[in-house]
Amino acid sequence: MIRRDARIGILFALPWILGFLIFMTYPLIASLISSFTNFSILRPPKGIGVQNYVELFHDEVFYKSLSNTLLYVVGAVPLTTVCAILLALLLNTKVKGMSIYRTLFFLPTLVPMVALGTLFLWVFNGDYGLFKQAFLKVGVTPPGWLTDPTWSKWTLILISMWGCGQAMVIYLAGLQDVPVSLYEAAELDGAKSFAKTIHVTLPMISPVILFNVVMSIIGSLQVFAVPYVMFPGGAPARSAYFYTSYLYDNAFQYQRMGYASAMGWVLFLITLSLTLIALKLSEKHVHYESN
Amino acid sequence: MSQVAKTSRSHRRDKQFTKILAHIALVSLSVLFVIPLLWMLSTSLKPIGETLTNPPRWIPSHLLWSNYPDAISFNSKELGYIPLLVYARNTIIVTILSVGGAVLSNSVVAYSFARLKWPGRDLFFGVTLATMMIPFPVVMVPTFALFKWLGWVGTFKPLWVPAFFASAFSIFLLRQFYKTIPMELSEAAKIDGCSEFRIFTDIIVPLSRPALMVIALFTFMGSWNDFLGPLIYLVDQNTFTLSLGLQAYQSQHGGTPFNLLMAASFLVILPVMIVFFLAQKVFIQGIATSGLK
Repeated sequence: MIRRDARIGILFALPWILGFLIFMTYPLIASLISSFTNFSILRPPKGIGVQNYVELFHDEVFYKSLSNTLLYVVGAVPLTTVCAILLALLLNTKVKGMSIYRTLFFLPTLVPMVALGTLFLWVFNGDYGLFKQAFLKVGVTPPGWLTDPTWSKWTLILISMWGCGQAMVIYLAGLQDVPVSLYEAAELDGAKSFAKTIHVTLPMISPVILFNVVMSIIGSLQVFAVPYVMFPGGAPARSAYFYTSYLYDNAFQYQRMGYASAMGWVLFLITLSLTLIALKLSEKHVHYESN
Repeated sequence: MSQVAKTSRSHRRDKQFTKILAHIALVSLSVLFVIPLLWMLSTSLKPIGETLTNPPRWIPSHLLWSNYPDAISFNSKELGYIPLLVYARNTIIVTILSVGGAVLSNSVVAYSFARLKWPGRDLFFGVTLATMMIPFPVVMVPTFALFKWLGWVGTFKPLWVPAFFASAFSIFLLRQFYKTIPMELSEAAKIDGCSEFRIFTDIIVPLSRPALMVIALFTFMGSWNDFLGPLIYLVDQNTFTLSLGLQAYQSQHGGTPFNLLMAASFLVILPVMIVFFLAQKVFIQGIATSGLK
């Protein structure tokens, strides 16, 4: 009987067991192996030891794309997180028309990346862009959002904030789960709105914050489509050339799939370590309910 | 007594004040969020001359609806013919197959993780969750090589076949939902002689429509908006999806008039927005539950 149950259980899980083996385990192992070869689609792979990794350490473009990506993560993750939490807190004040505001903030996240890139090329356009006009109106000459190497990344970081609606919805759900009794207790102790936010609200939603921050780090490390559309080749001066852009180019433009695989594994290790650091740093600050 | 009344009155005034402040903040912020979209819409309805004005013109002198048909049958010397309708058909094919595959596969797999017992189940579920941390670029190259070996590069198959093998995120989301259905329902049906498959199709699936809808919506959005997949696997322009086609539309700088480009972009966004407005409640709830452990 028990064995029969187990058979049925595994039968139901079969699509994912196969998916896990074919689309996760196999590619993960295969990319590790091919990272030690000079594999390309054109010729059979030949083992070359750690040569790909050695080359990575001396590759200036690799460092450029890596530092661009890390800077993007450092800029985009905190900004979108703060933006999403602030919006959620505002919406949680139980104002009238909450669902309308929620829709308006969420709307941008529905825009496909390519359309998003195209739209912002137009918004940041150096001659006729909306942004330029807004700056000139208040008497400030705007930087070259799309043409100045020091600004191109910040343009992308700004754009990433436009998509904070998705995290906002998750925070909002978390906020609505905070028991009212906690606020009442704080009020009895004479806490004002700000104090309540700091001492009750934020600790109560800290697991949600952690979850969102980790997902946001993992996502930002893979930034690809918007810069690909807005900055072909990572122009200007490769300032908007990101890790996945370089990995993609190695695999599909330069036919260096072994090298791309090595880059993939380095990205995997970076993702893992950043996630672990986030988990470790948050240990003392994240509050889980005791049950 | 009067002291209490006074504090409660000042407290109420305090609350009123906070609400007004919140409204002001929300109105100005939502304007910031919506302006780019309105700008897109406004540009898409302008004659080309009015897209290039200083200061920018918000309301076109007349609404040039013909930009939309022009964008659909775009043909120019520099860019050639851009078959937007063919892209749309391709996208619809890929999206429908992906949504069907994701709903079918995730519903059975999540059922197994939530309500069936087998050795190693919980350990495997943990591993499944951990796979969400694997960045796509890591598995990108061998997956491409696999599809190349199968002779599928250049076809739609790499874009929809994987959907039939479930995904960690959807499994997680559906499992949460299945767990809220009382076990007694299954047990009663079992006593009545129902097979596990009958319990699944006749009891669990009808009860899970909202959750399955969320999976369908997420897959729809992911598939409609996917860029990297089509970029890697599609070769011939006639097989391009909308997001890839749109990119081809603007790749030659200065080649495309911005009003037509914005019209085309708006057409790509429109279906997603319509679906969102039709299913707004389910959508928001689905995203909300997915974030909470």
